[in-house]
Amino acid sequence: MAEKRQVRVGREWLAPRDAEKALREAIRVQKEQERHHQLEHHPLGFWRTYVFSTDHKWIGLQYGFTALCFLLFGFSLMLLMRLQLGWPGHAFSIMKVLGETRAPGGNLLPEAYNQLGAMHGTIMVFLAIVPLAVGAFGNYLVPLQIGAPDMAFPKLNMASYWCYLSGGLVMLASFAAPGGTAQSGWTSYPPLSVIASQGQTWWLFGMILLITSSLLGSVNFIVTIIQLRTKGMTFMRLPFFVWAQFVTSFLLLLAFPPLEAAGVLQLMDRLAGTSFFLPSGLVVSGTRLMNAGGGNPLLWQHLFWFLAHPEVYVLILPAMGIVAEVIANNTRKPLWGYKSMVFATVFLGFMSFVVWAHHMFLTGMGTAISAFFQTTTMIISIPSVIILSSLFLSLWGGSIRFNTPMLFALAFLPMFGIGGLTGLPLGLAAADIHLHDTYYVIGHFHYVVAPGTIFAMFAGIYYWFPKITGRKMSERLGKLHFWMSLIFINGVFFPMFIQGLAGVSRRLYDGGAQYAHAQPVLKTNVFMSVSAWLLLIGQVPFIINFFKSIKWGELVDSNPWQATTLDWAATTSPPLAHGNFEHLPVVRRGPYEYSVPGSETDFIPQHAVTGEEPQGGGGMLVQSAVAQKEA
Amino acid sequence: MTVELEIPYNVHARPETGLYNAKLGVWLFLASEVMLFGALFSSLILIRTSAEHWPRGWEEGLNIPLATLNTFILIASSVTVVLAWANFRLGNVKRGRLLLLATLACGFGFMIIKTIEYYAKFTAVPPHLPSTSNFFALYFTMTGLHGLHVLGGMILFAYLSGPGFKMWEKEPERYVNRIEVVGLYWHFVDLVWIFLFPTLYLL
Repeated sequence: MAEKRQVRVGREWLAPRDAEKALREAIRVQKEQERHHQLEHHPLGFWRTYVFSTDHKWIGLQYGFTALCFLLFGFSLMLLMRLQLGWPGHAFSIMKVLGETRAPGGNLLPEAYNQLGAMHGTIMVFLAIVPLAVGAFGNYLVPLQIGAPDMAFPKLNMASYWCYLSGGLVMLASFAAPGGTAQSGWTSYPPLSVIASQGQTWWLFGMILLITSSLLGSVNFIVTIIQLRTKGMTFMRLPFFVWAQFVTSFLLLLAFPPLEAAGVLQLMDRLAGTSFFLPSGLVVSGTRLMNAGGGNPLLWQHLFWFLAHPEVYVLILPAMGIVAEVIANNTRKPLWGYKSMVFATVFLGFMSFVVWAHHMFLTGMGTAISAFFQTTTMIISIPSVIILSSLFLSLWGGSIRFNTPMLFALAFLPMFGIGGLTGLPLGLAAADIHLHDTYYVIGHFHYVVAPGTIFAMFAGIYYWFPKITGRKMSERLGKLHFWMSLIFINGVFFPMFIQGLAGVSRRLYDGGAQYAHAQPVLKTNVFMSVSAWLLLIGQVPFIINFFKSIKWGELVDSNPWQATTLDWAATTSPPLAHGNFEHLPVVRRGPYEYSVPGSETDFIPQHAVTGEEPQGGGGMLVQSAVAQKEA
Repeated sequence: MTVELEIPYNVHARPETGLYNAKLGVWLFLASEVMLFGALFSSLILIRTSAEHWPRGWEEGLNIPLATLNTFILIASSVTVVLAWANFRLGNVKRGRLLLLATLACGFGFMIIKTIEYYAKFTAVPPHLPSTSNFFALYFTMTGLHGLHVLGGMILFAYLSGPGFKMWEKEPERYVNRIEVVGLYWHFVDLVWIFLFPTLYLL
């Protein structure tokens, strides 16, 4: 019979489980004390600490929370659209939330459907995914991962968040504009957008604020990554996530200004009566427009897609960065082909500026231009494939830990694969003639962004939650969330390929009910709509898990995933309220030193001194406590 | 508990890059500005090449002598801002501040002349408005956006020679850096005008 072992804690002897509890409690109390201690030393007051904070971590959280709210809001717009598409002509009492002008008696009007579509796209791209991927994850993690006390320009960082929030509020306010909000699609193609109701003007002002925000943010990120890397953190020792953010920032910096110019031109068209985008002799509802004419609607398309194609990579690169971190950590081995991934990312960044007109094959640009953009589009698929293949190969021979973040990261790979591969036919001018503006396109880019990027965001949230709160999210609820999301999201998007191949156009108010060629695939509309609502139910475990775990989640030590990067290994979880590090760490090796032969532990943190016991767990805390006593 | 709060390379250059943070930041900002005005110039080219008839600036009554004067005023302001920076570096505070004010005055001069030009367009018979033709649409949009940039620079100079001057006492090096950074921006604003002037008035 085994003797009952007991552990001595203070004066008492306790069972191991109770001892562990006591220890965790002690860690928690100590962390809180440290926090208070810090705040006492740097009293900033409520407003400077929680509202107008200049600390990158708090700004990251502000970004994250706001973006998650917009994500849910954008999703709910889509849920209403799916009701209309699944059961066109049917009145739903829930539609009444849109008001009598949009949905009299619960029947959605066509122009209201257009409003929902335009705002779903705008909100998801500019207010949800990009702020979440760059504003939240980038802000919180980049300084921690490169060993910096904060971003290079903390005040600009704060300004960036407030510009973003005001842009978002302007977008929301536009719903109350006379004639409703913007209704010309997230692409706002003229001439329709120029002659649309007032909401479009609000949309343009909102966009200019959002562009300003991302401009401030991207300058800040690039300067931070170039200038504030700690000693020994060479470019080739940067975690892949930081590389992804670096290239993303360049895309934001250089691709957004042309859209800003385009936005100014469209504002001039709408407010000052110019005709940048209005051709001569335009007739609207039977009357000739009294404008000077001579403008060119294609000019908008060029300027818009010059931003919007790099924007696709802004959506996907940070996601790849998150997935790379999670995969390296949970396979317990280095990323396969880190260098090729880095070079592929940089090359992808360059190429993304010369592919934009593949969105415009059907505008009659001419075969020579089409051939050029078709070629560059095929070329840009190469770096994406390099990155994805490297991530797949990283799994080979790893002892994989199937925790929730890893499940989401693993699901990202085939989902993004489907999204990417279905893009190839769209990049070929000949195939695009059939597929352009059909549901196939919708399926394609949603596979990239929804089960692709959003899954990576979920992986990131589950993975870095202990970093932010010191507590883990529940694995059981996490897995429930994962499986429901994976099944239903495919239920939403896969039938779109079938519909698109049958030739069903996007932006149809009735989902194709009045078209003969759509009849054989019409039934899938109901299936997709049901899946979309089930997907909403699938998010409930996440929301519960998120708020529950902030307060009651399992307490963990500073490095619960036993990771090597500085964000985990060189600072406490949650990190110090100001300054991140007691002493800026000195980096001695690459980012993914897992399972190094001959090493005692299966991970060596980037800053650990070789020959010594690598610091993991709460070691950092204990050390700091000792240091505090001595001081 | 001591925590390292200070952001590195805020004032002094990082050895590998040779730049302090703000200088790198402003170069990146200018790169994005190049893209902004680049897009506008590209739009001009596209609209102009597809137009049946494109008027020359003088045919439409643009005032070339005044615009030439404005060009020289801006070039002069570029010189004064560099001299201001150099004088502050050498410690000649008084002259530095005077040159800063001279730059600000040049900005004022430019804006006044621009206002005279705009006023002449609005009061012409028939008035020349942005909606008159695509030529005037581009003229007003591009010079207007450039004017906003001049105004932004003037605010910065007013701040640096006024309330922002306090920094000179405490952190002279950081103050000189600020002048350098604003100066870089000011040169860019000049450069945009150097392109705008021939494109709109002469070609």
